Amino acid sequence: MAAGNKLRVDIGTVALLIVLGLFAVLGFLIVSGVINPYVHTILCYAGIVVISALGLNLIYGYTGQFSLGHAAFYGIGGYTAALVTRSIAAQGWWVLPLGLLAGALTAGAIALLIGLPILRLKSDYLGIATLGFGMIINVLFKNSDKLIKAMGGAAGMRGIERLTTFPWVFIFCLGAVIVLRNLVFSGVGRALISIREDELAAEAVGVNATSYKTLGFVIGCMFAGVAGGLYAHLYTYLNPDNFDFLKSIDVLLIVVIGGLGSISGTIIAGAGWAFLLEGLRVILPSAVQEWRMVVYPLVLIVIMLFRSNGIMGGSEFNFLKPQEYRRR
Amino acid sequence: MSVLLEIKGLTKTFGGLVAVKDFSLTLEPGALTGLIGPNGAGKTTVFNLITGMITPSSGSIVFAGRPVVGLKPYQIYRLGIGRTFQNIRLFKGLSVLDNVRVAYHHRGNAGLFDAIIRTRRFYSEEKMITEKARELLSILGLETREKDMAQNLPYGEQRRLEIARALIAEPKILLLDEPAAGMNPAEVGRMMDLILFIQDRFKLTILLIEHQMKVVMGICRWVVVMDFGELIAQGVPTEVQNNPKVIEAYLGKSGG
Repeated sequence: MAAGNKLRVDIGTVALLIVLGLFAVLGFLIVSGVINPYVHTILCYAGIVVISALGLNLIYGYTGQFSLGHAAFYGIGGYTAALVTRSIAAQGWWVLPLGLLAGALTAGAIALLIGLPILRLKSDYLGIATLGFGMIINVLFKNSDKLIKAMGGAAGMRGIERLTTFPWVFIFCLGAVIVLRNLVFSGVGRALISIREDELAAEAVGVNATSYKTLGFVIGCMFAGVAGGLYAHLYTYLNPDNFDFLKSIDVLLIVVIGGLGSISGTIIAGAGWAFLLEGLRVILPSAVQEWRMVVYPLVLIVIMLFRSNGIMGGSEFNFLKPQEYRRR
Repeated sequence: MSVLLEIKGLTKTFGGLVAVKDFSLTLEPGALTGLIGPNGAGKTTVFNLITGMITPSSGSIVFAGRPVVGLKPYQIYRLGIGRTFQNIRLFKGLSVLDNVRVAYHHRGNAGLFDAIIRTRRFYSEEKMITEKARELLSILGLETREKDMAQNLPYGEQRRLEIARALIAEPKILLLDEPAAGMNPAEVGRMMDLILFIQDRFKLTILLIEHQMKVVMGICRWVVVMDFGELIAQGVPTEVQNNPKVIEAYLGKSGG
């Protein structure tokens, strides 16, 4: 650092100030209309994708538990939050956070119930089990109107209020980053990573692998629940197809491309993914719109060829690390 | 003298294969016992049975008066049995310091919420664990390696790191699975000194598997020999060395 000993500025504080500055600038641009509502929506969507992907990174990247059911928890959070907010007649700033809390808790509770039996499975087998779980949830969403009329079944759930705004997404995204960062750089985080590295050795040094795997899975799914709730109140419409297993693959791609076990990588890949897919829609002329789905996979292949460990390769920006982990 | 570890009639079968058969062993506090035998004799299986990684088909294992059969590996570790592995099993992607710290995690009271909101309790506990881990690393001569990834350490240092990791929770018994495997004579000598040193320093009871007779004869005060899953001989090193059954197990029957 350029500053001498007397004037040592903590890089974490600087980063936080920069982030808050960014928030102020983006907020101003949105209010003043420089950022149009369409870009505003993409911006919010990017934040939502990041929150959900951070959750999967905790499950797969840090704890090493392969999950193909992430979109199901995203959907559970979305539907739950939407049902809660529509049942509240009153208006107020607290309506959305309450809905998100309900979404997160429901996703977490279901993750606990499903996690206890299936987290005994390893790698591919766990992937298949979570895939099966995701399919069951998807079928439930498609037939949900038979149980709760408001959920709309295969036709989708309508009439959700648009409560998700940039400040909300920003707050929850920042919160998700801070929670995950504090979690992974702690005794709990070390235990989770030790399971990823060698589950048997972890058990041999006192780590209760079953309970830590479940903990990581539940917290990761709660992130998905919050993200789903924000999503529901951004697009005001929920369709079961938005929570099928292909959507789980999308999140998995983001986590792998960003780098397993890297918060920084997930933020870059998540935001980049949202802006690339939507941005190409704007940039490409309408005649070659279909090429969007060619450009996107090509980008994936190129990244994997040149950075096979993901964009950040499992490391973090210095400001995200606690003092003792920083180099110099 | 009291008995720290008592194994009686331990048997483990994998399908038709009898890996360990009616094996009995007692360890008194302060013992440094060698477990030897030809490849496939069932030595590592005995370690896996003691540490709960596999469940015995029959037999009992009592540690400090407490039966441990049926307990999970992490519970047995917490009772005070630490181990190393034949094929070093470090957490490769974690730093040297974190490899040791993770093994002390269970001693803390700070929970998930302390970590997430970074309470004072979290910081004081991290400090305590870190100091303890650094002490272990300096005892094992790894203090300058703290920030390196475990996978980047040279072989001998990886062995020492595994021992540091097994020691941080102050186990009463340390099980060493071929600690000197793959080392050159000078390194073997240093490892022998190290084993004697940590035994004295941490008041350990040690059971070690080793193929290098130099180690077994040099530091073990008692030697137990296994062949085909069974205990075939035990005694002080010189006795065992000249036992015809042991010679037969290693070299085959003469004239046969």
